[in-house]
Amino acid sequence: MMSLGPYASFIVTSYALVAAVVLILIVLIASDYRRQMERLRELDASGVSRRSGRGAADI
Amino acid sequence: MTLIDLANPTRFLTLTARLLPWLAAVTAALLLIGLYQSAMAPDDYQQGATVKIMFIHVPNAWLSMFVWGVMSLSALGTLVWRHPLADVAAKAAAPIGAAFTFLALVTGSLWGRPMWGTYWEWDARLTSVLILFLMYLGLIALWRAVEDPSRAARAAAILTLVGAINLPIIKFSVDWWNTLHQPASVMRIGGSSLDPAFLIPLLVMAVAFSLLFVTLHLAAMRNEILRRRVRSLQMMQASQRAA
Repeated sequence: MMSLGPYASFIVTSYALVAAVVLILIVLIASDYRRQMERLRELDASGVSRRSGRGAADI
Repeated sequence: MTLIDLANPTRFLTLTARLLPWLAAVTAALLLIGLYQSAMAPDDYQQGATVKIMFIHVPNAWLSMFVWGVMSLSALGTLVWRHPLADVAAKAAAPIGAAFTFLALVTGSLWGRPMWGTYWEWDARLTSVLILFLMYLGLIALWRAVEDPSRAARAAAILTLVGAINLPIIKFSVDWWNTLHQPASVMRIGGSSLDPAFLIPLLVMAVAFSLLFVTLHLAAMRNEILRRRVRSLQMMQASQRAA
């Protein structure tokens, strides 16, 4: 078992905080992608198309 | 594929769709390896186990400056070359850079309390990094305040280039002033002063966090391109309705 010594709480808090912030970034970016794609699909459904003629949600 | 080819947002989206799963997988694997090596690293003779905080503090601190450097290059791309994706790149990088800077400040504080006896000291390194964090927040606020992306882009690009003056101040603050923060121990003339037992996990974590930035940045750029597509299609729809 790894021993973190008398300052274990500082070490664990640091790693937990980094994990939490990285996770929040990933969730925010992933949910933003879903939101934009949803909006594009709604625009597609309403009949709006791009100048190229492709659907709004097409990559 | 050249940089000019990537000026086409559709081509950029195709490329990111192919790259992102691979990048995410390599990043996750490297983070796991880095975390394992960090856990297995021996205690430092002075810092004890708190040296483990360095394996996450240092990569975040490096990236806090690197991301502003990326944004500065993007700002040049906006102002000089008018590259269509330059502003997208800068805007997408800012929140990620702010997060890395926040983590560098907080993990530094959590290391400083047991080692220095204080969470915070108004010395040149800590204060200049705090200023960097505030500049990130200012830029994010600017992009949110101006609705038209092209108008916001120019103002943000100028602010980013002005803010880049802070980067050499952060880097050399430990040499120019008498600070509590220790001087550079990895990137220094004469090579690293770290023992390989600490240097290897540190470098693995640095590469892992850098790849994490590239992955998140590409994903955030993709989102920003889609957001702008939504905006222009909504404007097209509104003008069609008005006609």
